[in-house]
Amino acid sequence: MSMAERVLMKGNEAIAEAAIAAGCRHFFGYPITPQTEVAAYMSKRMPKIGGIYLQGESEVASINMVLGAGAAGVRVMTSTSSPGISLMAEGISYIAGSDVPCLIVNVQRGGPGLGGIQPSQADYCQATKASGHGDFHMLVFAPSTVQEMVDLVAGAFELGDKYRMPAMILSDGMLGQMMEPVTLPEPRDMRDDKEWAARGHDGKRAHNVINSLYINPQELESLVKARYEKYAVIVENEQRAEEYLADDADIIVVAFGASSRVSRSAVDMARKSGIKAGLVRPITLWPFPEKFLAKHAGHAKTFLSVEMSMGQMVDDVRLAIKCSRPVEFYGRTGGVIPTPKEVYDAIVRINGGGQR
Amino acid sequence: MFPLERRVTVVCGHYGVGKTNLSINLAIDSARQGESPVLVDMDVVNPYFRSADYSRWLSEKGVRVVGPNFANTNLDTPSMPGEVAGAIDEGERVIIDAGGDDAGATVIGTYASRISAADPDVLYVVNRYRSLTTRPEEAVQILREIEGASRLKATAIANNSHLKQRTEESTILGSLPFADAVSDATGLPIRLTAVPRALNLFNNVRNIYPVDVYVRAPWE
Repeated sequence: MSMAERVLMKGNEAIAEAAIAAGCRHFFGYPITPQTEVAAYMSKRMPKIGGIYLQGESEVASINMVLGAGAAGVRVMTSTSSPGISLMAEGISYIAGSDVPCLIVNVQRGGPGLGGIQPSQADYCQATKASGHGDFHMLVFAPSTVQEMVDLVAGAFELGDKYRMPAMILSDGMLGQMMEPVTLPEPRDMRDDKEWAARGHDGKRAHNVINSLYINPQELESLVKARYEKYAVIVENEQRAEEYLADDADIIVVAFGASSRVSRSAVDMARKSGIKAGLVRPITLWPFPEKFLAKHAGHAKTFLSVEMSMGQMVDDVRLAIKCSRPVEFYGRTGGVIPTPKEVYDAIVRINGGGQR
Repeated sequence: MFPLERRVTVVCGHYGVGKTNLSINLAIDSARQGESPVLVDMDVVNPYFRSADYSRWLSEKGVRVVGPNFANTNLDTPSMPGEVAGAIDEGERVIIDAGGDDAGATVIGTYASRISAADPDVLYVVNRYRSLTTRPEEAVQILREIEGASRLKATAIANNSHLKQRTEESTILGSLPFADAVSDATGLPIRLTAVPRALNLFNNVRNIYPVDVYVRAPWE
Protein backbone atom coordinates (compact mmCIF):
# COMPACT_ATOMS: atom_id res chain seq x y z
CA MET A 1 0.00 0.00 0.00
CA SER A 2 1.37 3.38 -0.93
CA MET A 3 1.56 5.46 2.22
CA ALA A 4 0.72 8.82 0.67
CA GLU A 5 -2.70 7.83 -0.62
CA ARG A 6 -5.96 7.89 1.20
CA VAL A 7 -7.39 4.60 2.47
CA LEU A 8 -10.40 3.67 4.54
CA MET A 9 -9.52 2.41 8.00
CA LYS A 10 -11.26 1.62 11.21
CA GLY A 11 -9.95 3.63 14.13
CA ASN A 12 -8.53 0.50 15.70
CA GLU A 13 -6.65 -0.48 12.54
CA ALA A 14 -5.38 3.06 12.14
CA ILE A 15 -3.90 3.00 15.64
CA ALA A 16 -2.01 -0.18 14.82
CA GLU A 17 -0.71 0.95 11.44
CA ALA A 18 0.25 4.38 12.80
CA ALA A 19 2.22 2.74 15.61
CA ILE A 20 4.09 0.62 13.08
CA ALA A 21 4.82 3.72 11.00
CA ALA A 22 6.15 5.37 14.18
CA GLY A 23 8.68 2.57 14.58
CA CYS A 24 6.83 0.41 17.11
CA ARG A 25 7.85 -3.21 16.65
CA HIS A 26 6.69 -4.63 19.98
CA PHE A 27 3.06 -5.23 20.88
CA PHE A 28 1.88 -7.07 23.97
CA GLY A 29 -1.81 -7.35 24.78
CA TYR A 30 -4.88 -9.34 25.50
CA PRO A 31 -8.07 -9.23 23.41
CA ILE A 32 -11.15 -7.36 24.59
CA THR A 33 -14.05 -5.81 22.71
CA PRO A 34 -14.15 -3.13 21.29
CA GLN A 35 -10.40 -2.91 20.70
CA THR A 36 -9.62 -6.43 19.49
CA GLU A 37 -8.92 -5.21 15.94
CA VAL A 38 -5.77 -3.49 17.22
CA ALA A 39 -4.36 -6.79 18.45
CA ALA A 40 -5.70 -8.74 15.46
CA TYR A 41 -4.11 -6.28 13.06
CA MET A 42 -0.80 -6.39 14.92
CA SER A 43 -0.83 -10.18 14.96
CA LYS A 44 -0.94 -10.16 11.17
CA ARG A 45 1.43 -7.27 10.49
CA MET A 46 4.19 -7.66 13.08
CA PRO A 47 5.53 -11.02 11.86
CA LYS A 48 5.79 -9.59 8.32
CA ILE A 49 8.00 -6.65 9.37
CA GLY A 50 10.27 -8.34 11.87
CA GLY A 51 8.27 -7.18 14.87
CA ILE A 52 6.95 -8.95 17.94
CA TYR A 53 3.29 -9.61 18.58
CA LEU A 54 2.66 -11.50 21.78
CA GLN A 55 -0.68 -12.22 23.41
CA GLY A 56 -0.04 -12.33 27.13
CA GLU A 57 -1.99 -14.67 29.35
CA SER A 58 -3.69 -11.60 30.80
CA GLU A 59 -3.59 -7.82 30.85
CA VAL A 60 -1.39 -8.01 33.95
CA ALA A 61 1.22 -10.04 32.09
CA SER A 62 0.96 -7.87 28.99
CA ILE A 63 1.59 -4.55 30.74
CA ASN A 64 4.62 -6.02 32.52
CA MET A 65 5.98 -7.15 29.15
CA VAL A 66 5.52 -3.56 28.02
CA LEU A 67 7.56 -2.42 31.02
CA GLY A 68 10.34 -4.85 30.14
CA ALA A 69 10.50 -3.91 26.46
CA GLY A 70 10.23 -0.20 27.24
CA ALA A 71 13.08 -0.53 29.75
CA ALA A 72 15.19 -1.96 26.95
CA GLY A 73 14.55 1.24 25.02
CA VAL A 74 12.33 0.05 22.16
CA ARG A 75 9.05 1.60 21.11
CA VAL A 76 6.41 -0.62 22.64
CA MET A 77 2.67 -0.53 23.07
CA THR A 78 -0.34 -2.32 24.43
CA SER A 79 -4.00 -1.88 23.76
CA THR A 80 -7.10 -2.76 25.74
CA SER A 81 -10.52 -1.54 26.76
CA SER A 82 -11.74 -0.20 30.07
CA PRO A 83 -11.73 -3.31 32.34
CA GLY A 84 -8.32 -4.16 30.91
CA ILE A 85 -6.90 -0.83 32.02
CA SER A 86 -8.09 -1.54 35.55
CA LEU A 87 -6.15 -4.80 35.44
CA MET A 88 -3.08 -2.97 34.10
CA ALA A 89 -3.16 -0.30 36.80
CA GLU A 90 -0.32 -1.75 38.84
CA GLY A 91 1.93 -2.13 35.80
CA ILE A 92 1.16 1.39 34.59
CA SER A 93 2.24 2.75 37.97
CA TYR A 94 5.45 0.69 37.83
CA ILE A 95 6.14 2.06 34.33
CA ALA A 96 5.61 5.64 35.50
CA GLY A 97 7.72 4.99 38.59
CA SER A 98 10.48 3.59 36.41
CA ASP A 99 10.42 6.52 33.96
CA VAL A 100 9.81 4.19 31.04
CA PRO A 101 8.05 5.46 27.91
CA CYS A 102 5.37 3.37 26.21
CA LEU A 103 2.03 3.73 24.47
CA ILE A 104 -1.14 2.47 26.13
CA VAL A 105 -4.39 2.51 24.17
CA ASN A 106 -7.76 2.49 25.89
CA VAL A 107 -10.74 1.99 23.56
CA GLN A 108 -13.33 2.77 26.20
CA ARG A 109 -16.54 0.83 26.73
CA GLY A 110 -19.40 1.31 29.16
CA GLY A 111 -18.77 0.61 32.83
CA PRO A 112 -18.45 0.05 35.72
CA GLY A 113 -17.68 -3.62 36.07
CA LEU A 114 -17.91 -5.78 32.99
CA GLY A 115 -20.26 -3.03 31.81
CA GLY A 116 -21.03 -3.18 28.12
CA ILE A 117 -19.31 -3.07 24.76
CA GLN A 118 -20.69 0.18 23.42
CA PRO A 119 -18.69 3.43 23.47
CA SER A 120 -18.06 5.40 26.64
CA GLN A 121 -15.85 8.12 28.07
CA ALA A 122 -16.26 7.13 31.69
CA ASP A 123 -12.55 6.35 32.13
CA TYR A 124 -11.63 10.06 32.01
CA CYS A 125 -10.83 10.30 35.71
CA GLN A 126 -8.97 7.01 35.65
CA ALA A 127 -6.84 8.10 32.70
CA THR A 128 -6.07 11.62 33.91
CA LYS A 129 -5.92 11.24 37.67
CA ALA A 130 -5.75 7.68 38.91
CA SER A 131 -4.46 5.16 36.39
CA GLY A 132 -2.52 3.47 39.18
CA HIS A 133 -1.32 3.95 42.74
CA GLY A 134 1.08 6.65 43.81
CA ASP A 135 1.98 10.16 42.67
CA PHE A 136 2.27 10.21 38.89
CA HIS A 137 0.74 11.29 35.62
CA MET A 138 0.77 10.01 32.12
CA LEU A 139 0.26 11.90 28.89
CA VAL A 140 -3.32 11.41 27.69
CA PHE A 141 -4.41 12.17 24.13
CA ALA A 142 -8.02 12.18 22.92
CA PRO A 143 -8.41 11.83 19.15
CA SER A 144 -11.77 12.65 17.59
CA THR A 145 -11.25 11.36 14.04
CA VAL A 146 -9.51 8.35 12.58
CA GLN A 147 -6.95 10.65 10.95
CA GLU A 148 -6.24 12.29 14.29
CA MET A 149 -5.84 8.81 15.77
CA VAL A 150 -2.98 8.30 13.32
CA ASP A 151 -1.41 11.67 14.05
CA LEU A 152 -1.65 11.38 17.83
CA VAL A 153 -0.16 7.90 17.96
CA ALA A 154 3.02 9.32 16.43
CA GLY A 155 2.90 12.31 18.77
CA ALA A 156 2.32 10.13 21.82
CA PHE A 157 5.40 8.04 21.07
CA GLU A 158 7.48 11.19 20.51
CA LEU A 159 6.42 12.93 23.72
CA GLY A 160 6.59 9.72 25.73
CA ASP A 161 10.20 9.31 24.64
CA LYS A 162 10.97 12.99 25.19
CA TYR A 163 9.70 13.01 28.77
CA ARG A 164 10.39 9.34 29.57
CA MET A 165 6.86 8.55 30.64
CA PRO A 166 3.86 6.47 29.56
CA ALA A 167 1.42 8.00 27.09
CA MET A 168 -2.19 6.98 26.54
CA ILE A 169 -4.49 7.26 23.57
CA LEU A 170 -7.95 7.54 25.13
CA SER A 171 -10.28 6.37 22.38
CA ASP A 172 -13.75 4.86 22.58
CA GLY A 173 -15.74 2.09 20.93
CA MET A 174 -17.22 4.50 18.40
CA LEU A 175 -13.91 5.88 17.16
CA GLY A 176 -12.37 2.43 17.27
CA GLN A 177 -15.06 0.76 15.19
CA MET A 178 -15.96 3.51 12.72
CA MET A 179 -14.24 3.92 9.39
CA GLU A 180 -12.93 7.11 7.86
CA PRO A 181 -10.47 7.97 5.11
CA VAL A 182 -6.91 8.46 6.37
CA THR A 183 -3.52 9.28 5.00
CA LEU A 184 -0.78 7.35 6.72
CA PRO A 185 2.62 8.93 7.39
CA GLU A 186 5.84 7.71 5.84
CA PRO A 187 7.32 5.02 8.09
CA ARG A 188 10.08 6.23 10.39
CA ASP A 189 13.06 4.41 11.75
CA MET A 190 13.06 3.50 15.40
CA ARG A 191 14.91 5.81 17.73
CA ASP A 192 17.79 3.86 19.05
CA ASP A 193 19.56 6.46 21.11
CA LYS A 194 18.12 6.08 24.60
CA GLU A 195 21.16 6.37 26.80
CA TRP A 196 19.24 5.35 29.91
CA ALA A 197 17.95 2.08 28.44
CA ALA A 198 18.94 -1.29 29.91
CA ARG A 199 19.96 -3.16 26.80
CA GLY A 200 23.50 -4.34 27.41
CA HIS A 201 26.57 -2.20 27.92
CA ASP A 202 29.31 -4.45 26.53
CA GLY A 203 31.45 -3.59 29.54
CA LYS A 204 31.90 -0.07 28.17
CA ARG A 205 29.86 1.93 30.64
CA ALA A 206 28.18 1.61 34.03
CA HIS A 207 24.99 -0.40 33.82
CA ASN A 208 21.64 1.35 33.69
CA VAL A 209 19.05 0.58 36.35
CA ILE A 210 15.33 0.64 35.64
CA ASN A 211 13.50 0.37 38.93
CA SER A 212 10.57 1.72 40.90
CA LEU A 213 11.45 0.30 44.33
CA TYR A 214 13.02 2.78 46.78
CA ILE A 215 12.97 1.75 50.41
CA ASN A 216 14.54 5.00 51.55
CA PRO A 217 11.68 7.53 51.80
CA GLN A 218 13.87 10.60 51.26
CA GLU A 219 15.24 9.14 48.06
CA LEU A 220 11.75 8.21 46.85
CA GLU A 221 10.41 11.65 47.72
CA SER A 222 13.16 13.42 45.80
CA LEU A 223 12.56 11.21 42.75
CA VAL A 224 8.83 11.92 42.83
CA LYS A 225 9.48 15.65 43.26
CA ALA A 226 11.84 15.66 40.30
CA ARG A 227 9.14 13.94 38.27
CA TYR A 228 6.64 16.62 39.28
CA GLU A 229 9.03 19.34 38.12
CA LYS A 230 8.97 17.60 34.75
CA TYR A 231 5.16 17.48 34.89
CA ALA A 232 5.09 21.24 35.47
CA VAL A 233 7.10 21.75 32.28
CA ILE A 234 4.64 19.53 30.42
CA VAL A 235 1.64 21.42 31.79
CA GLU A 236 3.26 24.64 30.60
CA ASN A 237 4.26 23.46 27.13
CA GLU A 238 2.15 20.56 25.92
CA GLN A 239 -1.50 21.58 26.30
CA ARG A 240 -3.41 21.07 23.07
CA ALA A 241 -6.98 21.81 22.08
CA GLU A 242 -9.02 22.74 19.04
CA GLU A 243 -11.24 25.79 19.15
CA TYR A 244 -14.28 25.99 16.88
CA LEU A 245 -16.37 29.18 16.64
CA ALA A 246 -15.22 29.93 20.18
CA ASP A 247 -13.87 33.49 19.92
CA ASP A 248 -17.23 35.26 20.09
CA ALA A 249 -19.18 32.51 21.80
CA ASP A 250 -21.61 33.10 24.65
CA ILE A 251 -21.76 29.39 25.35
CA ILE A 252 -18.61 27.29 25.15
CA VAL A 253 -19.22 23.59 24.75
CA VAL A 254 -16.30 21.50 26.00
CA ALA A 255 -16.09 17.97 24.65
CA PHE A 256 -13.45 15.51 23.50
CA GLY A 257 -13.40 12.39 21.32
CA ALA A 258 -16.70 11.03 20.00
CA SER A 259 -18.81 13.44 22.05
CA SER A 260 -16.95 16.35 20.43
CA ARG A 261 -18.15 15.15 17.02
CA VAL A 262 -21.72 15.24 18.32
CA SER A 263 -21.11 18.62 19.99
CA ARG A 264 -19.71 20.19 16.83
CA SER A 265 -22.94 19.31 15.00
CA ALA A 266 -24.92 20.76 17.92
CA VAL A 267 -22.88 23.99 17.83
CA ASP A 268 -23.64 24.31 14.12
CA MET A 269 -27.35 23.84 14.84
CA ALA A 270 -27.18 26.47 17.58
CA ARG A 271 -25.40 28.98 15.33
CA LYS A 272 -28.11 28.47 12.67
CA SER A 273 -30.75 29.38 15.21
CA GLY A 274 -28.86 32.50 16.26
CA ILE A 275 -27.25 31.24 19.46
CA LYS A 276 -23.57 32.12 19.74
CA ALA A 277 -22.22 28.72 20.69
CA GLY A 278 -18.66 27.52 20.25
CA LEU A 279 -16.60 24.43 20.96
CA VAL A 280 -13.32 23.87 22.75
CA ARG A 281 -12.15 20.33 22.11
CA PRO A 282 -9.37 19.11 24.40
CA ILE A 283 -6.82 17.07 22.45
CA THR A 284 -4.62 16.53 25.49
CA LEU A 285 -6.61 15.46 28.55
CA TRP A 286 -3.46 15.42 30.64
CA PRO A 287 -2.14 18.01 30.59
CA PHE A 288 -5.66 19.45 30.59
CA PRO A 289 -5.82 22.40 28.16
CA GLU A 290 -6.82 24.93 30.80
CA LYS A 291 -5.23 27.81 28.87
CA PHE A 292 -7.61 27.21 25.98
CA LEU A 293 -10.58 27.47 28.33
CA ALA A 294 -9.35 30.31 30.53
CA LYS A 295 -8.92 32.59 27.51
CA HIS A 296 -12.67 32.33 26.79
CA ALA A 297 -13.80 32.91 30.38
CA GLY A 298 -13.92 36.65 29.73
CA HIS A 299 -16.53 36.64 26.97
CA ALA A 300 -18.38 33.37 27.47
CA LYS A 301 -21.39 33.49 29.78
CA THR A 302 -21.60 29.74 30.37
CA PHE A 303 -19.59 26.60 29.74
CA LEU A 304 -21.18 23.24 28.95
CA SER A 305 -19.23 20.02 29.40
CA VAL A 306 -20.60 17.25 27.17
CA GLU A 307 -19.38 13.77 28.02
CA MET A 308 -20.26 10.13 27.56
CA SER A 309 -20.18 9.67 31.33
CA MET A 310 -21.96 11.00 34.41
CA GLY A 311 -19.65 14.03 34.40
CA GLN A 312 -15.93 13.58 34.98
CA MET A 313 -14.19 16.29 32.94
CA VAL A 314 -16.67 18.91 34.12
CA ASP A 315 -14.69 19.57 37.32
CA ASP A 316 -11.52 20.19 35.32
CA VAL A 317 -13.42 22.75 33.26
CA ARG A 318 -14.50 24.49 36.48
CA LEU A 319 -10.91 24.55 37.72
CA ALA A 320 -9.56 25.77 34.38
CA ILE A 321 -11.78 28.87 34.50
CA LYS A 322 -11.45 29.11 38.29
CA CYS A 323 -15.25 28.86 38.63
CA SER A 324 -15.58 32.35 37.13
CA ARG A 325 -18.55 31.23 35.03
CA PRO A 326 -21.25 28.60 35.52
CA VAL A 327 -20.21 25.20 34.14
CA GLU A 328 -23.15 23.01 33.15
CA PHE A 329 -23.07 19.36 32.23
CA TYR A 330 -24.85 17.15 29.73
CA GLY A 331 -24.00 13.49 29.34
CA ARG A 332 -25.17 10.02 28.46
CA THR A 333 -23.48 6.96 29.83
CA GLY A 334 -23.42 3.16 29.78
CA GLY A 335 -22.61 3.04 26.06
CA VAL A 336 -25.18 5.59 24.89
CA ILE A 337 -23.95 8.32 22.54
CA PRO A 338 -25.77 11.64 22.87
CA THR A 339 -27.43 12.89 19.69
CA PRO A 340 -26.67 16.34 18.24
CA LYS A 341 -30.29 17.28 18.99
CA GLU A 342 -29.91 16.41 22.68
CA VAL A 343 -26.81 18.58 22.99
CA TYR A 344 -28.48 21.34 20.99
CA ASP A 345 -31.44 21.24 23.36
CA ALA A 346 -29.04 21.55 26.31
CA ILE A 347 -27.46 24.61 24.65
CA VAL A 348 -30.90 26.15 24.12
CA ARG A 349 -31.84 25.54 27.77
CA ILE A 350 -28.63 27.17 28.96
CA ASN A 351 -29.09 30.08 26.57
CA GLY A 352 -32.50 30.76 28.08
CA GLY A 353 -30.99 30.55 31.56
CA GLY A 354 -28.22 32.96 30.56
CA GLN A 355 -30.78 35.67 29.77
CA ARG A 356 -32.25 35.72 33.25
CA MET B 1 -30.40 -0.77 -12.89
CA PHE B 2 -31.72 -3.53 -10.65
CA PRO B 3 -28.79 -5.83 -9.95
CA LEU B 4 -30.59 -8.73 -8.23
CA GLU B 5 -30.64 -11.48 -10.81
CA ARG B 6 -31.47 -14.47 -8.62
CA ARG B 7 -33.91 -15.17 -5.86
CA VAL B 8 -31.09 -15.47 -3.32
CA THR B 9 -28.11 -13.10 -3.21
CA VAL B 10 -25.21 -13.46 -0.80
CA VAL B 11 -23.19 -10.30 -0.08
CA CYS B 12 -19.72 -11.09 1.24
CA GLY B 13 -16.32 -9.41 1.44
CA HIS B 14 -13.57 -7.99 3.61
CA TYR B 15 -14.47 -6.21 6.86
CA GLY B 16 -15.50 -2.64 6.23
CA VAL B 17 -15.84 -2.65 2.43
CA GLY B 18 -19.47 -1.59 2.81
CA LYS B 19 -21.41 -4.87 2.69
CA THR B 20 -24.15 -3.73 5.04
CA ASN B 21 -24.79 -0.43 3.26
CA LEU B 22 -24.91 -2.22 -0.10
CA SER B 23 -27.19 -4.94 1.28
CA ILE B 24 -29.60 -2.34 2.64
CA ASN B 25 -29.65 -0.58 -0.74
CA LEU B 26 -30.40 -3.87 -2.52
CA ALA B 27 -33.18 -4.70 -0.06
CA ILE B 28 -34.75 -1.25 -0.30
CA ASP B 29 -34.67 -1.37 -4.11
CA SER B 30 -36.29 -4.78 -4.05
CA ALA B 31 -39.07 -3.44 -1.84
CA ARG B 32 -39.49 -0.46 -4.18
CA GLN B 33 -40.03 -2.93 -7.03
CA GLY B 34 -43.00 -4.28 -5.11
CA GLU B 35 -41.22 -7.42 -3.92
CA SER B 36 -41.17 -8.75 -0.37
CA PRO B 37 -37.46 -8.89 0.44
CA VAL B 38 -35.87 -10.58 3.42
CA LEU B 39 -32.53 -9.21 4.59
CA VAL B 40 -30.63 -11.83 6.56
CA ASP B 41 -27.97 -10.36 8.86
CA MET B 42 -25.50 -13.24 9.25
CA ASP B 43 -22.89 -11.26 11.13
CA VAL B 44 -22.48 -12.91 14.51
CA VAL B 45 -18.85 -11.77 14.79
CA ASN B 46 -18.93 -8.00 14.91
CA PRO B 47 -21.71 -6.30 16.87
CA TYR B 48 -21.10 -2.84 15.36
CA PHE B 49 -22.62 -1.32 12.20
CA ARG B 50 -24.72 -4.27 11.08
CA SER B 51 -28.06 -4.71 9.32
CA ALA B 52 -29.90 -5.73 12.50
CA ASP B 53 -29.32 -2.18 13.80
CA TYR B 54 -31.72 -0.95 11.12
CA SER B 55 -34.50 -3.54 11.63
CA ARG B 56 -37.30 -1.23 12.63
CA TRP B 57 -36.57 1.36 9.98
CA LEU B 58 -36.25 -1.32 7.31
CA SER B 59 -39.53 -2.98 8.26
CA GLU B 60 -41.27 0.34 7.72
CA LYS B 61 -39.81 0.28 4.22
CA GLY B 62 -41.15 -3.21 3.56
CA VAL B 63 -37.95 -5.14 4.28
CA ARG B 64 -38.10 -8.02 6.74
CA VAL B 65 -34.83 -8.36 8.68
CA VAL B 66 -33.79 -11.69 10.11
CA GLY B 67 -30.84 -11.20 12.44
CA PRO B 68 -28.87 -13.17 14.98
CA ASN B 69 -30.82 -14.31 18.02
CA PHE B 70 -30.55 -11.79 20.82
CA ALA B 71 -28.77 -9.17 18.70
CA ASN B 72 -28.48 -5.96 20.72
CA THR B 73 -29.77 -7.58 23.91
CA ASN B 74 -28.03 -8.51 27.15
CA LEU B 75 -27.54 -12.10 26.04
CA ASP B 76 -24.16 -12.50 24.35
CA THR B 77 -25.02 -15.67 22.45
CA PRO B 78 -24.01 -15.66 18.79
CA SER B 79 -26.61 -17.86 17.12
CA MET B 80 -28.97 -17.62 14.16
CA PRO B 81 -32.74 -18.18 14.45
CA GLY B 82 -34.62 -21.06 12.81
CA GLU B 83 -36.42 -18.73 10.43
CA VAL B 84 -33.19 -18.27 8.45
CA ALA B 85 -33.69 -21.67 6.81
CA GLY B 86 -37.28 -20.89 5.87
CA ALA B 87 -36.28 -17.52 4.50
CA ILE B 88 -33.58 -19.04 2.31
CA ASP B 89 -35.90 -21.80 1.05
CA GLU B 90 -39.01 -19.76 0.50
CA GLY B 91 -38.29 -16.04 0.55
CA GLU B 92 -39.41 -14.23 -2.58
CA ARG B 93 -36.20 -12.21 -2.60
CA VAL B 94 -33.44 -12.98 -0.13
CA ILE B 95 -30.35 -10.86 0.54
CA ILE B 96 -27.81 -12.36 2.91
CA ASP B 97 -25.43 -9.84 4.52
CA ALA B 98 -22.39 -11.84 5.62
CA GLY B 99 -19.91 -10.90 8.31
CA GLY B 100 -16.48 -9.75 7.23
CA ASP B 101 -13.68 -11.97 5.95
CA ASP B 102 -13.57 -15.75 6.36
CA ALA B 103 -14.39 -15.49 10.09
CA GLY B 104 -17.61 -13.64 9.33
CA ALA B 105 -18.50 -15.91 6.41
CA THR B 106 -18.16 -19.11 8.43
CA VAL B 107 -21.80 -18.93 9.56
CA ILE B 108 -22.87 -19.00 5.93
CA GLY B 109 -21.08 -22.31 5.59
CA THR B 110 -23.68 -23.79 7.93
CA TYR B 111 -26.34 -22.96 5.37
CA ALA B 112 -24.17 -23.63 2.31
CA SER B 113 -26.12 -26.62 0.96
CA ARG B 114 -29.42 -24.77 1.39
CA ILE B 115 -28.08 -21.65 -0.27
CA SER B 116 -26.48 -23.65 -3.09
CA ALA B 117 -29.79 -25.41 -3.75
CA ALA B 118 -31.29 -22.01 -4.47
CA ASP B 119 -28.69 -21.40 -7.22
CA PRO B 120 -27.66 -18.09 -5.64
CA ASP B 121 -25.82 -15.03 -6.74
CA VAL B 122 -22.76 -14.63 -4.51
CA LEU B 123 -21.52 -11.06 -4.77
CA TYR B 124 -17.97 -10.45 -3.63
CA VAL B 125 -17.83 -6.83 -2.54
CA VAL B 126 -14.56 -4.98 -3.14
CA ASN B 127 -13.43 -1.50 -2.19
CA ARG B 128 -10.22 -0.35 -3.76
CA TYR B 129 -9.66 2.11 -0.90
CA ARG B 130 -10.18 -0.27 1.99
CA SER B 131 -6.98 -0.85 3.91
CA LEU B 132 -5.41 -4.29 3.34
CA THR B 133 -7.42 -4.89 0.14
CA THR B 134 -6.17 -2.03 -2.01
CA ARG B 135 -4.22 -4.36 -4.30
CA PRO B 136 -6.06 -6.82 -6.58
CA GLU B 137 -4.02 -9.78 -5.32
CA GLU B 138 -5.00 -8.96 -1.73
CA ALA B 139 -8.67 -8.85 -2.73
CA VAL B 140 -8.34 -12.20 -4.50
CA GLN B 141 -6.63 -13.77 -1.50
CA ILE B 142 -9.44 -12.72 0.84
CA LEU B 143 -12.03 -13.97 -1.65
CA ARG B 144 -10.42 -17.43 -1.58
CA GLU B 145 -10.49 -17.44 2.23
CA ILE B 146 -14.16 -16.43 2.24
CA GLU B 147 -15.03 -19.09 -0.33
CA GLY B 148 -13.34 -21.70 1.80
CA ALA B 149 -15.15 -20.66 4.98
CA SER B 150 -18.57 -20.15 3.38
CA ARG B 151 -18.36 -23.24 1.12
CA LEU B 152 -19.80 -21.10 -1.67
CA LYS B 153 -18.24 -19.82 -4.87
CA ALA B 154 -18.54 -16.18 -5.79
CA THR B 155 -20.52 -15.55 -8.97
CA ALA B 156 -19.82 -11.86 -9.50
CA ILE B 157 -17.98 -8.83 -8.18
CA ALA B 158 -19.66 -5.79 -6.69
CA ASN B 159 -17.34 -2.79 -6.95
CA ASN B 160 -18.31 -0.75 -3.89
CA SER B 161 -15.20 1.45 -3.87
CA HIS B 162 -15.65 4.59 -1.86
CA LEU B 163 -13.97 6.89 0.67
CA LYS B 164 -17.07 7.55 2.77
CA GLN B 165 -17.79 11.28 2.92
CA ARG B 166 -14.86 12.03 0.64
CA THR B 167 -16.16 9.95 -2.27
CA GLU B 168 -15.92 11.95 -5.49
CA GLU B 169 -16.22 11.12 -9.17
CA SER B 170 -12.46 10.59 -9.35
CA THR B 171 -12.74 8.12 -6.45
CA ILE B 172 -15.05 5.92 -8.47
CA LEU B 173 -13.15 6.31 -11.74
CA GLY B 174 -9.88 5.49 -9.96
CA SER B 175 -11.32 2.20 -8.78
CA LEU B 176 -12.29 0.84 -12.20
CA PRO B 177 -8.88 -0.60 -13.18
CA PHE B 178 -8.69 -2.27 -9.76
CA ALA B 179 -12.11 -3.89 -10.19
CA ASP B 180 -11.17 -4.98 -13.71
CA ALA B 181 -7.98 -6.57 -12.37
CA VAL B 182 -9.92 -8.51 -9.71
CA SER B 183 -12.36 -9.55 -12.41
CA ASP B 184 -9.58 -10.72 -14.72
CA ALA B 185 -7.81 -12.61 -11.96
CA THR B 186 -10.96 -14.43 -10.84
CA GLY B 187 -12.87 -14.71 -14.10
CA LEU B 188 -15.89 -13.17 -12.37
CA PRO B 189 -18.01 -10.49 -14.07
CA ILE B 190 -18.50 -7.09 -12.45
CA ARG B 191 -22.17 -7.11 -11.61
CA LEU B 192 -22.33 -3.54 -10.40
CA THR B 193 -20.31 -0.45 -9.58
CA ALA B 194 -21.94 1.33 -6.67
CA VAL B 195 -21.96 5.11 -7.00
CA PRO B 196 -23.42 7.65 -4.57
CA ARG B 197 -26.68 8.87 -6.07
CA ALA B 198 -25.46 12.48 -6.20
CA LEU B 199 -22.60 11.67 -8.57
CA ASN B 200 -23.37 11.62 -12.28
CA LEU B 201 -21.16 9.01 -13.89
CA PHE B 202 -23.67 7.29 -16.13
CA ASN B 203 -21.59 7.93 -19.23
CA ASN B 204 -18.35 6.68 -17.67
CA VAL B 205 -19.22 3.58 -15.72
CA ARG B 206 -20.77 0.31 -16.86
CA ASN B 207 -23.33 -1.41 -14.63
CA ILE B 208 -23.64 1.68 -12.50
CA TYR B 209 -25.72 1.18 -9.37
CA PRO B 210 -26.77 4.38 -7.60
CA VAL B 211 -26.72 3.96 -3.84
CA ASP B 212 -27.76 5.94 -0.79
CA VAL B 213 -25.68 6.07 2.39
CA TYR B 214 -27.65 4.54 5.23
CA VAL B 215 -24.86 3.40 7.54
CA ARG B 216 -23.71 6.56 9.31
CA ALA B 217 -22.08 7.79 12.51
CA PRO B 218 -24.50 9.24 15.09
CA TRP B 219 -23.41 12.83 14.37
CA GLU B 220 -23.74 12.61 10.58
